[in-house]
Amino acid sequence: MILSVDELQFLYRNRKILHEIAFSIDEGEVVAILGPNGVGKTTLLKCLNRILNPRGGTVHIDGENLSDLGTMEIARLIGYVPQRVETGRLTAFDAVLLGRRPHIKWDIAEKDLKIVDSVFKLLSMENLRLSYIDEMSGGELQKVAIARSLVQEPKVLLLDEPTSSLDLRNQVEILAVIRQIVLQHKIAAVMTMHDLNQAFRYADRFILLKGGKVHAYGGAEVITPQVIEEVYGLPVVIGEISGMRCVVPGSPVWDCKISYAASK
Amino acid sequence: MHFADGAVPEDYLVYVRRKYFWIMGGFLLLFIMFIYSISVGAVTIPPREVLQTLMGQSVSDAWDSIIWNIRLPQALAAIVAGAGLSVAGVVMQSILRNPLGSPFTLGISNAGAFGAAFSVIVLGTGKMQSSVANAVIINNPYLTTMVAFIFCLLATGVILLISRIRGSSPEVMVLAGVSLSSLFTAGTMFLQYFADDTQLAAVVFWTFGDVGRVKNWMELGIMTGVVLLSVIFFIANRWNYNAIDAGDETAKSLGVNVEKIRLIGMIIAALVSAVIVSFLGVIGFVGLICPHMVRRIIGDDQRFLIPGSTLLGAILLLVSDTAARLIVSPYVLPVSILTAFMGAPTFIYLLIRGYKR
Repeated sequence: MILSVDELQFLYRNRKILHEIAFSIDEGEVVAILGPNGVGKTTLLKCLNRILNPRGGTVHIDGENLSDLGTMEIARLIGYVPQRVETGRLTAFDAVLLGRRPHIKWDIAEKDLKIVDSVFKLLSMENLRLSYIDEMSGGELQKVAIARSLVQEPKVLLLDEPTSSLDLRNQVEILAVIRQIVLQHKIAAVMTMHDLNQAFRYADRFILLKGGKVHAYGGAEVITPQVIEEVYGLPVVIGEISGMRCVVPGSPVWDCKISYAASK
Repeated sequence: MHFADGAVPEDYLVYVRRKYFWIMGGFLLLFIMFIYSISVGAVTIPPREVLQTLMGQSVSDAWDSIIWNIRLPQALAAIVAGAGLSVAGVVMQSILRNPLGSPFTLGISNAGAFGAAFSVIVLGTGKMQSSVANAVIINNPYLTTMVAFIFCLLATGVILLISRIRGSSPEVMVLAGVSLSSLFTAGTMFLQYFADDTQLAAVVFWTFGDVGRVKNWMELGIMTGVVLLSVIFFIANRWNYNAIDAGDETAKSLGVNVEKIRLIGMIIAALVSAVIVSFLGVIGFVGLICPHMVRRIIGDDQRFLIPGSTLLGAILLLVSDTAARLIVSPYVLPVSILTAFMGAPTFIYLLIRGYKR
């Protein structure tokens, strides 16, 4: 067990956003956090590495309780890729080098440069090394952000909707890379997602949030049409195309209901 | 995780080396301008003799006196003040995540000026006379600076509060700066209105920021000490500022305590502004333009941006002051008039070009 969460609770202005959150993840696993907009997916992600401070509950990484650790120590265990990546007049190499911050005392050493170089190779983006990030495309920028979190040498990677601003090809590429790195380096990844089909393809486990609580948690078997309808509030059909599970939202009857309601 | 197959990329080292060359070039330019600035004026002293005098070999008594008592302190004051204002500007731009940040645009300089004026007129920490060159003689630099600092902190507190409530978008910060500036300018005008003729003339002269005002090695010493220590502090925090530039969330996920870094950084930047304002008056725009000029040349990486801005601030204010002394010679202009002439168009340019970072 690389990450275990128990009784996690988060309050915003005394309003319960998340409560009774509990799950655990093994190394080599990719976990998708699913649920409708505003249910607290991103909040949950941020509570895991203390960008937000949970009100109660515990998070253990590799047996260590996060509340016993300092911010720098946490940053050496957990990498984070935000939904929106800020740019500036920086080269990709410098932007990724920043990920070494938790390991730097006064200044970067040769070792840091080597690790950054290695991650550039891993993500096959050596050609971007000296490109300025304010001139990059969304896909390239996302890779830079992922590279930055990887040079932290984390045990757990958190990604907030890593594919939300990417085209089809980049979406698949990024998720496949994450999948492969998680297996190869025996870490774990937790990501918030909207696309259930992609979740099916690239995640091993699923956390479905509803009303600030874990509604369902487990492998692909927990995602049934019934559970999806309970969480998202619409009927779906789950089928298989070329051996891949697919979720098709809505039904003719439901579509009619919606358009009837809209016409009134 | 384990990454073992990396090598130090040669092209990156070349790229970094180029930035170091820019910094070295800056030092060289500063040195040349320093000698030139001491050499020119009503009496021209050849650069070689300037160097000789500075090394302690007296060439002539008259030159000794000009250099040691007038031109050297003025040149050093310009260097220290330029460096201080510029480094304060670059740090404010980073920690407020706002390209229009600087002690002047946020109203912090004017707050300090009011504090210093208040201290001199009401608390009597300075003596006034109506002469252009030395309008105010500060008897108690510690108290004057302290009061200026308190008002700078007050303005900084308001800025931080607003940025917390409304976010530090450029628009919000500029408007906050405008309102704080006019508030404290009104305060200074209030003091002027109740001043007698001599005091009034003194305060008016005094509000023109002028590096020629420092004729006293102790004041120069205090200024140098504060600026030097803050530059060291800011450089030590360069990775934290880089992290904040990447966004608050990213910074936090990298273990940076964003709130603490922001608060301490703003307090130190306010202190630098306070010290400079209380000895030299309000010198605008240096803290705004220098960082942007440096960004154009060596980019946004704080490792080079902070030392680069410090250097360019020193160079720019020294050059401006030298120009201000020569431009309408034999009259000597306060340097703040010149920086305002340069700064205002730059500010407008930044607004027009868009300030996306």
